[in-house]
Amino acid sequence: MRRLLLTGLLALAPACAQTYVIRNGTIMTAAKGTPGTFTGSVVVKDGKIAEVGANVTAPAGATVIDATGAFVTPGIIDCHSHIAIESINEASVSDASMVNVRDVINPEDIAIYRAMAGGVTTANILHGSADAVGGQTIVLKMRWGKTAEEMIFEGALPGIKFALGENPKRAGNPTGGAVNAGAARYPATRMGVEDVIRESFNDAKAYKAEWDDYQAAVAKGEHPISPRKDLRLESLKEVLEGKRYVHVHSYQADEILMMLRVADDYGFKVRTLQHVLEGYKVAKEIAAHGAGASTFSDWFDYKEEVRDAIPYNAALMTKKGVVVSLNSDDAELMRHLNSEAGKAMKYGGMTADEALAMVTINPAKQLGIENRVGSIETGKDADLVVFDKFPLSDFAKVQKVFIDGKLYFDRDAEIAGRAAEEAEKKRLIDKEKAAAARTQGGGRGQAGQTQPNPEQVTP
Amino acid sequence: MKKLLTAALAFTIPAFGQTLFIHGADVYPVTGAVMKDASVLVQDGKIADIGAKLVAPKGAKILEAKGLRVYPGMIDSATELGLSEIGAVRETEDTGEIGEFVPQVRALTSVNPESEHFRVVRVNGITSVMTFPGSANAQLISGQAALIHTDGWTWEQMEIKGAAGMLVPFPTTAGGRGRGGAPSDQEAPAPGAAPTGGFSQQLRNYQQQIKKLGDFLEEARHYQKAKEVLAGKSGFKADLRYDAMIPVLEGREPLAVTAGRERFILDAIKFADEQKVKLVILHPRELGAKVTAELKAKNIPVIFGRVLELPEREDDAYDQAFTLPLEAWKAGVKFAFGTFTENQFVRNLPYQAATAVAYGLPYEEALKAVTINPAEIWGVADRIGSVEKGKIADLLITDGDPLEIQTKIVHLIIGGKDVDLKNHQTELYEKYLGRQ
Repeated sequence: MRRLLLTGLLALAPACAQTYVIRNGTIMTAAKGTPGTFTGSVVVKDGKIAEVGANVTAPAGATVIDATGAFVTPGIIDCHSHIAIESINEASVSDASMVNVRDVINPEDIAIYRAMAGGVTTANILHGSADAVGGQTIVLKMRWGKTAEEMIFEGALPGIKFALGENPKRAGNPTGGAVNAGAARYPATRMGVEDVIRESFNDAKAYKAEWDDYQAAVAKGEHPISPRKDLRLESLKEVLEGKRYVHVHSYQADEILMMLRVADDYGFKVRTLQHVLEGYKVAKEIAAHGAGASTFSDWFDYKEEVRDAIPYNAALMTKKGVVVSLNSDDAELMRHLNSEAGKAMKYGGMTADEALAMVTINPAKQLGIENRVGSIETGKDADLVVFDKFPLSDFAKVQKVFIDGKLYFDRDAEIAGRAAEEAEKKRLIDKEKAAAARTQGGGRGQAGQTQPNPEQVTP
Repeated sequence: MKKLLTAALAFTIPAFGQTLFIHGADVYPVTGAVMKDASVLVQDGKIADIGAKLVAPKGAKILEAKGLRVYPGMIDSATELGLSEIGAVRETEDTGEIGEFVPQVRALTSVNPESEHFRVVRVNGITSVMTFPGSANAQLISGQAALIHTDGWTWEQMEIKGAAGMLVPFPTTAGGRGRGGAPSDQEAPAPGAAPTGGFSQQLRNYQQQIKKLGDFLEEARHYQKAKEVLAGKSGFKADLRYDAMIPVLEGREPLAVTAGRERFILDAIKFADEQKVKLVILHPRELGAKVTAELKAKNIPVIFGRVLELPEREDDAYDQAFTLPLEAWKAGVKFAFGTFTENQFVRNLPYQAATAVAYGLPYEEALKAVTINPAEIWGVADRIGSVEKGKIADLLITDGDPLEIQTKIVHLIIGGKDVDLKNHQTELYEKYLGRQ
């Protein structure tokens, strides 16, 4: 029954790309250069943005969408999410760099549809924060109705999740890491967290040297025996080679600085600091390292290490030269990152263009996909959102969402389709009731019961 | 000695007795038409006068408000402010007392006026909140929620109404209960819960729990009668639990019942009917024609929250929570908004209301749902909830619509006091702006 209903929704997914002209809207491009915002139109063709400007040439046969009074933005990009995967944390070890969320993508997770209905077109799907060195991560486009493989953002560099502070301390230590509390998993302190990361890169460095020697020998025409492949160290070797991004769950200034210095010592870059709620205290060092910062707009005091979290964090780090994005880490918050960006204007005085960038082009830069998505520019993927009002506000709602030039979400169509869906649901329930009645005393079906994800994730 | 005390008192009086003159603002009373270019006189903590031609009394602190707006302070109908500091640190949490029936516990007296949360969340215009005692597992009555100001020296001075609602996490068919805080999946068993043995067994347990709740009220009623006869006589010993129920039995304090799904809401209404007690429904996750008709017919209000919330079930519409306020309004059901209950999000109360507007609720109704409606629902509309002469001066002076994220709160007046807008977060911001 659940599956049938989902199939109903999946049927809403678009079949083929059309040519569209989104006409006469307020276009917020999130592109560099002025003006970032103007009244104009966007032409969508073959999945790409064919033209954008005050005046455009409408191709023959294009479907015209009148956006008068509406706002058009790039598709929203969430740099921190755990939707669309069957499991999140491999918490049994402190270095889980061999596991990959790519292996557990669930393309039927309803959270994908809901996120998309909130304007999200791309999301960085991360492993959880239980381990100092966590699992591998993947970038997905919210192509609802497609297979797991088809959802993967082709060409986007995958990543790996690291985690600092309370979560890796606590994950294997149910009593909070008290030393004499029985079977505890190392580490139990921030000191130990640093060590776990150093030990892993110590191994990875030696492992990489082995392989480098081997390949050098092969290049010379020798026939050496290849080193043994180590799946744990493979992903860290990729980090050292710059082929895999490092996304670091972090909160306090001390641990952020520690992470940057460990990366300096082993010769890799931290691609993004995630959460990074005390990033404003070490913004200078983050900017100097070149790490991006992906943070919450206004969360605080949900745990000890976020007592100094301030909603001015995003603005402060931006002022100090850090590329900042606002993320959700939450299937609900993910649905209104547009208004989360609005809070960067409120707290710290970002302009509308700067704030919009925090949920579009900045996360695209952080994920290394800014040549494809994140702004409304000719030649980029036609990932677009049409809002009914100024989007950096909770008064706005999403009307239409395009991904790869296809209309994936249309609020009018969604609402128009609800009666049919209700009828279908009723038909299925009636059918089950009838079947239950026939089997006499067969247990009542628990129609529509929520199946919560048993994985509780602490941000 | 007496003189010294008087002197000390005189010293503290300015905080309460400050005379404020808000000059030349557009006043949005919520309960009446907008008054352009008007002034508001605040004296002794109250709104002494409103009008276009008022003259500032001598010695009044003048708040120049040309081009600015005055609104009543906003009220959050579901928080744990003052009781809960850091969710993950047990030592800082005073919610969720142990016991199946703990009506005697009072949120009010555990409110820590120095909780940093007050200073942080109020700056977006929240001048008073319902603070709930929270619920423990397997609880039927969780204690008394209090309506308090978000500023004050002591909980006593913050109090608006100490026993504003008796928290009841209504039973569910899962065998557990919706927590008084934020029930997420009310029909899903709690992690580690014992096997529930099929739906028919769950239903029996559910009905037993409701009966148990009814029995407790019945016992309290017997006690009430006995007390009328026996109080003051030798051998009579008060029962603090039943005593706490008397205001509920007398209809002076509503049961504030957490009920998410249609079945539980309807059963809660039936229960309140049978028990002849007042009811407020907390955190409904779905309504429907049956529920709204009952709520409307019986004049039962609801507290929505958060509007920005995921749908209850996988196959519910994606905008289910966004549209519930509209559904209630169309059916003529009175409602207010609450945060349920993570204190960090209380400052987003106005944006919850804005979301309801985005999905069809008339703007005026959203504004009422954070001002006059909660004041009426919690029985204090004679004192707060609108800009009217004689009411407590809980006021916002803003440069625009308080439900809009971008709007700046220029002054926040709580109980007649022009409160400081600085807090831990603004101080850190200032400090690190200047970091070398």
